[in-house]
Amino acid sequence: MTAVIEPTGEVRESEELAARLQHTLHRHPAIGPASVLVASVIVFSLINHRFLNATNLSLLVQQVAVLATLAIGQTMIILTGGIDLSVGAAAILAQMVMAQTAANNGVPGPLALLLGLAVGALTGFLNGFLVTRIKLPPFIVTLGTLSIFTSIGLKYSNGASVYATAMPKILIWTGNYVNIGPYQLTTGVILMLVLFAVASFALTRTAWGRHVYSTGDDPEAARLSGIKTNRVLLSVYVAAGLIFGVAAWILIGRVGVASTNNLTTANLDSITAVVIGGTSLFGGRGAVLGTLFGALIVQVFQSGISLAGVQSLYQVLAEGILVIVAVALDQWIRKVRR
Amino acid sequence: MSTEVDASGVQAGSPGGRVLSGTPTLEARGLVKTFGHVVGLGGVGLKLYPGEVLAIIGDNGAGKSTLIKCLSGALTPDEGEILMDGVKVEFKSPVDARHAGIETVFQTLAVAPALDIASNLYLGREIRSKGPLGSVFRMLDTRGMRAAAKERLQDLGIGTIQDMTQKVETLSGGQRQAVAVARAAAFGSKVVILDEPTAALGVRESGQVLALIKRLRGRGLPVILISHNMPQVFEVADRIHIQRLGRSAGVITPHSHTMEEAVAIMTGATTLGGAADDKSSPATSGGGGNAEAGRAGADRTESAGTDSGTAS
Repeated sequence: MTAVIEPTGEVRESEELAARLQHTLHRHPAIGPASVLVASVIVFSLINHRFLNATNLSLLVQQVAVLATLAIGQTMIILTGGIDLSVGAAAILAQMVMAQTAANNGVPGPLALLLGLAVGALTGFLNGFLVTRIKLPPFIVTLGTLSIFTSIGLKYSNGASVYATAMPKILIWTGNYVNIGPYQLTTGVILMLVLFAVASFALTRTAWGRHVYSTGDDPEAARLSGIKTNRVLLSVYVAAGLIFGVAAWILIGRVGVASTNNLTTANLDSITAVVIGGTSLFGGRGAVLGTLFGALIVQVFQSGISLAGVQSLYQVLAEGILVIVAVALDQWIRKVRR
Repeated sequence: MSTEVDASGVQAGSPGGRVLSGTPTLEARGLVKTFGHVVGLGGVGLKLYPGEVLAIIGDNGAGKSTLIKCLSGALTPDEGEILMDGVKVEFKSPVDARHAGIETVFQTLAVAPALDIASNLYLGREIRSKGPLGSVFRMLDTRGMRAAAKERLQDLGIGTIQDMTQKVETLSGGQRQAVAVARAAAFGSKVVILDEPTAALGVRESGQVLALIKRLRGRGLPVILISHNMPQVFEVADRIHIQRLGRSAGVITPHSHTMEEAVAIMTGATTLGGAADDKSSPATSGGGGNAEAGRAGADRTESAGTDSGTAS
């Protein structure tokens, strides 16, 4: 008799636990990636104690700055139910404009920077315009503008690179070191963290943020609630473009050269970071903070696997598995018990 | 059920004729809306009086949706006028209608499932924090909105929903509907329009929504209810506007006509004139409500006459 009752009780208990976990993850989408991050840090530090060295951690954070910044803009777009495949191309175009105008056309540094940021915002505006006015799907629009921005960048720069020595100080300012205790960060890293704070505040604490989420969640419901969804979408694309411009600035400081060969994998990497960070590709769900964890996870795997002395192809493999697990988790979370 | 009938009987018989006196809160005159060659509305009139529940019934394609879309600003009629408290109004968008105090719960509910209850109640009209946090940084008064949302829901007797931070998609169908209705009720200062609010709900949940409608009426807020469900319409409505083929086939009351008659008028099997003649003696509602129903039936048929007059 008891043998029959006990298992069912246990089953119910584990079901309860699963349901509670599901609810918690549903409410705080950043918890999942945060725990994966903590777990992977622990595992990699056990494999190789040098992983937790101040030097290694500092390098890791410096390396992640550009991708994480790009992923902020990507998160905002994915939250609206869209996707941006032109992320890297937009950043490269902004980067080439900054570097070229300053180095070759004698434009003063600050103005060159503003020009580059404006170009970033303009790429976002073009994407947003095509999505909201011409009513094309974001995937197609940004697939097209990926090629367009890339070719304009190549044509504009003639494929030539601009080196840090030829650039005004302000453009390479983002590469300046900032020492915090034993850790060595850069102003670019701090700029990235500030951007995360600002984006997180805007998305979670302002009406605009609510409108972004609701537009991605159910555009028709948002419209019927009196939200001008097209205006919200356009603002998201422009803001994201501007952020890609900032990422270009951080990139120049990080690698010390403006080249069209930079950021070749940025489009998919940024999407990977967003997805691992727990933001749903279907829109309306997720948090920009999760994206920070997502980008860090990718970087931790890269650093940890190389320190473990394992071939780097396993890092790519691990990334792929993480993406699929993250999406599967998202699907599960969305199936909330009624 | 029997207590409900008694209660409404007493209300209908109360002096002052609460339903049909005074200026209509919302009135439509000769609304015409065509879509190419298709006539959506062929000159429809409608009057909604303070504190009544007016049901709109009709077959598919009868123009119910077109009618309420015109009233809620989602469509602009080609001809005819809409008056609120006797003053002509023009709605170019749902936002205009909302500013005028008309809140609509669309069939699709128009809630954002991934947002919490408080965010949904205030979606599109968020409250900002006081001071520079709100004015400079545009920060929302999240706590204030949650508290106010809770108050609104309790006010409407929806005590089962306690946690305002719960995402709407975790709610049951009835609770979701309650949130949508609560939003309309909370902000609809003049009129609440509900499009098929119980279509996707079970019996118990439907009952909750109907109770909510009655509570809105109790607070003096007139409600327009579009529904296919005859028993529900007859349970909750004060008057029933029947749409047929883009025109108003007349207005009846649950006391003057039976469900079968209503369906017959709706499908064109009988016309209201004939039906009204047959039913001049109120054999429909049994018990002590007879005399009341007869009286109510008499002056309501009159009103139905004027309405259908406008329509044809």
